[in-house]
Amino acid sequence: MTSPGLVLQNLCVTLHGSPIAALNVTVAPGHVLVVMGPSGSGKSTLLAALIGALPPGFAMTGKIILNGVDVTHLPTAKRRIGILFQDDVLFPHLSVGQNLGFGLPPGSGSSTQRRALIEQALSDADLAGFANRDPATLSGGQRARVALLRTVLAQPQALLLDEPFSRLDAALHSQIRQFTLERARKLHLPVILVTHDPQDAAASGGRVVSPMGTPV
Amino acid sequence: MPAGWCGYRRIGLGVTVLPRDAAGNGRVTKTRLTQQGHIRFGLLRHAPRLTIALLTVPVLAGLAGTVIPALGGQNTAGLTPFQALADWPGLKRAVQLSLFTGVVSTGLSLMITLLIVASLLGSRIFGVIQHVLSPLLAVPHAAAALGLAFLIAPSGWIARALSPWATGWHSPPDLLILNDPAGWALILGLVAKEVPFLLLMTLAALPQTDATRRMMVAASLGYGRVWGFVLSVLPGLYPLLRLPVYAVLTYAMTCVDMAAILGPGLPPTLSVQITHWMMDATLAQRSTAAAGALVQLITVLGALMAWHGAERLLAAALPRLAGLGLRITAADAPLRGLAIGMGAILAGALFAGLGGLALWSLAGLWPFPDALPHLFTLQTWAKSAPDLASTAAVTFGLAAVSTGLSLLLVLGCLEAEHRYALPPNGPGLWLLYLPLLVPQIAFLPGLQSIALHAGPFVTAGSSVAFAHMVFVLPYVFLSLAPAYRAWDKRHGIIGAALGATPNTVFWRLRVPMLLPAVLTAVAVGLSVSVTQYLPTLLIGGGRIETLATQAVALSSGGNRRVIGAYGLLQMLLPAAGFALAIGLPRLIHANRRGMRIGLPA
Repeated sequence: MTSPGLVLQNLCVTLHGSPIAALNVTVAPGHVLVVMGPSGSGKSTLLAALIGALPPGFAMTGKIILNGVDVTHLPTAKRRIGILFQDDVLFPHLSVGQNLGFGLPPGSGSSTQRRALIEQALSDADLAGFANRDPATLSGGQRARVALLRTVLAQPQALLLDEPFSRLDAALHSQIRQFTLERARKLHLPVILVTHDPQDAAASGGRVVSPMGTPV
Repeated sequence: MPAGWCGYRRIGLGVTVLPRDAAGNGRVTKTRLTQQGHIRFGLLRHAPRLTIALLTVPVLAGLAGTVIPALGGQNTAGLTPFQALADWPGLKRAVQLSLFTGVVSTGLSLMITLLIVASLLGSRIFGVIQHVLSPLLAVPHAAAALGLAFLIAPSGWIARALSPWATGWHSPPDLLILNDPAGWALILGLVAKEVPFLLLMTLAALPQTDATRRMMVAASLGYGRVWGFVLSVLPGLYPLLRLPVYAVLTYAMTCVDMAAILGPGLPPTLSVQITHWMMDATLAQRSTAAAGALVQLITVLGALMAWHGAERLLAAALPRLAGLGLRITAADAPLRGLAIGMGAILAGALFAGLGGLALWSLAGLWPFPDALPHLFTLQTWAKSAPDLASTAAVTFGLAAVSTGLSLLLVLGCLEAEHRYALPPNGPGLWLLYLPLLVPQIAFLPGLQSIALHAGPFVTAGSSVAFAHMVFVLPYVFLSLAPAYRAWDKRHGIIGAALGATPNTVFWRLRVPMLLPAVLTAVAVGLSVSVTQYLPTLLIGGGRIETLATQAVALSSGGNRRVIGAYGLLQMLLPAAGFALAIGLPRLIHANRRGMRIGLPA
């Protein structure tokens, strides 16, 4: 029971009774599981199930165990599973620093300490001095890095990537992918990456399965 | 003159304003009348401008017609209008009531709406609440108010249900629950009517805010639903709700029908008192009414400005709060319960009230404290049938004319916007909202004097129909525009490539494909017209009787059976409209799966 990482135990997601995703795997800390399939094959629904945000009509059986804790029935906010979408979903009404502050837990010290943590995170990502910038003025690559920083500042215990940054051009895409996966490895996060891009799958160095759990 | 004014300037709804040149000469547009096609071309092109004029001219002329007599000379007692107004001892209290009921009911309505969306969006319960609340949007204000009055009055259903076993009452208690001096009964009525409206406007705006993903991001970062919604979705959502909220605030501060039925009596709210003065048979109080209307207008403007100031304070505070990183998850469970409870109470109160109207109209002997009548009879309906039928016919006629005209103009605007690639919304949206943002009580008195002067040339009926159109058209536009603009234009391109003219595309492709939306807009228009009380009363000068004016007039009497019949019939007209709007497309497109609502066309 206490194996570290993200354990999906006989997980099955159904839509009106018919299964669209079925996995029985363990993703160890610092490792990547790639779920590959064409669009509409239930990849994003699988991630929605993992963070506990299944749309009405879908149902899920099985267990989700994160670092020994059964999170299957916890609300999204209590699961400590971070997610990154195709787009960065930065909040346009907040500055870059406020977006990161949104991710940083409240117990992270005084407001000066919080600001220092945010500055540190920004400079680690080659974004020093960006705290007061409007996200809309950032390049695609910069926005993607801010989105990742916001997610990891919340100290998640697992990371889900939903075809992340697939809107970026090819060169930037691979650069950001590398940045993201390196971060996850350094933080020992189990990662589930869903994609339809074989290059994503190859670059991650992880096992590749279909949403139904068969090796690809 | 601002720089943008040299040359053509487009404002929303696609209106082209032709500015005057330095010498003050207005430019003249020339429409070539040589070919028939050009005439039609010209007419459609001018539809947005005509629409804007039809909405703004009555409001502005009416305001002028109100302000001028208010600033005018002395009355028979030697007092200026404002002296006469200040002599009325209830003035201060009436202004306070107007402010209190308006601001509190608007604040509550907005908070309940946002609470329902924030804590329930995406859940099954949200679907249920949505399905229960949206039909209530079509319930006319007067009918809703009468239903609530029947429910909460000392001799109403709630008191009957609790008596005598819980309360010990064998006769109705002497309590001011209805028409309470602080205006809480009125606030309840306003909230019950405005929450469905704001909920609908929120649902229409949400797709533009990326709400689902933002809430998912906030939740995955550990945020509670409600607090995550406030920090991540609300700042993008509220600007889209601002005009509807302002319209609600204006309405809530100045409505006459609901305030006359549910509001306090001595003094009543300012708008009710102004209406009393306007309808004074001797005409002696008309300038006092005009002065009161001016005070009411200033009160509303002040409240709108204060509201806007509060918005700005909150907008400035939110980003700083977001930076603190507080998750506030513990509040979710109680707030969720509160949201469900509020939705249930509001829907329950309105449905029970409307049920009460129906029951009273069929009741024979029904003594207090019995919860149900001793016997049911059709006597009330039979006795009132001739009056009910003629009043319903007038109501329906006004609704049909005002809605028909509105639909024609709105379709013209939207088609012109499409054909000439005019930019949607922008400042034009403010003009569209103008009749909803300027209190009716502030410009209808002035419009009435204009209508009186035009007396020999227009009938009371057509003036009232026109006045209804001023209020119907914005809602028809708001209801139809999203679907019209979302129509897949590739259908039109393919049609044109097959040789269809733009008119053929419009009549054979666009309107049939948008039939459900068009019929819904018609139903919205009918329901808005049916609910109009003040325009009917003032512009009709008391000569035009509709279900709304009759229901309010009867409410001060005590005949609950007749009130029930009028209230019920007033509710049935819009209900029938919406039933047709849902049923007809299903019938017409019975064999067209792609035309079913909810599937992409």
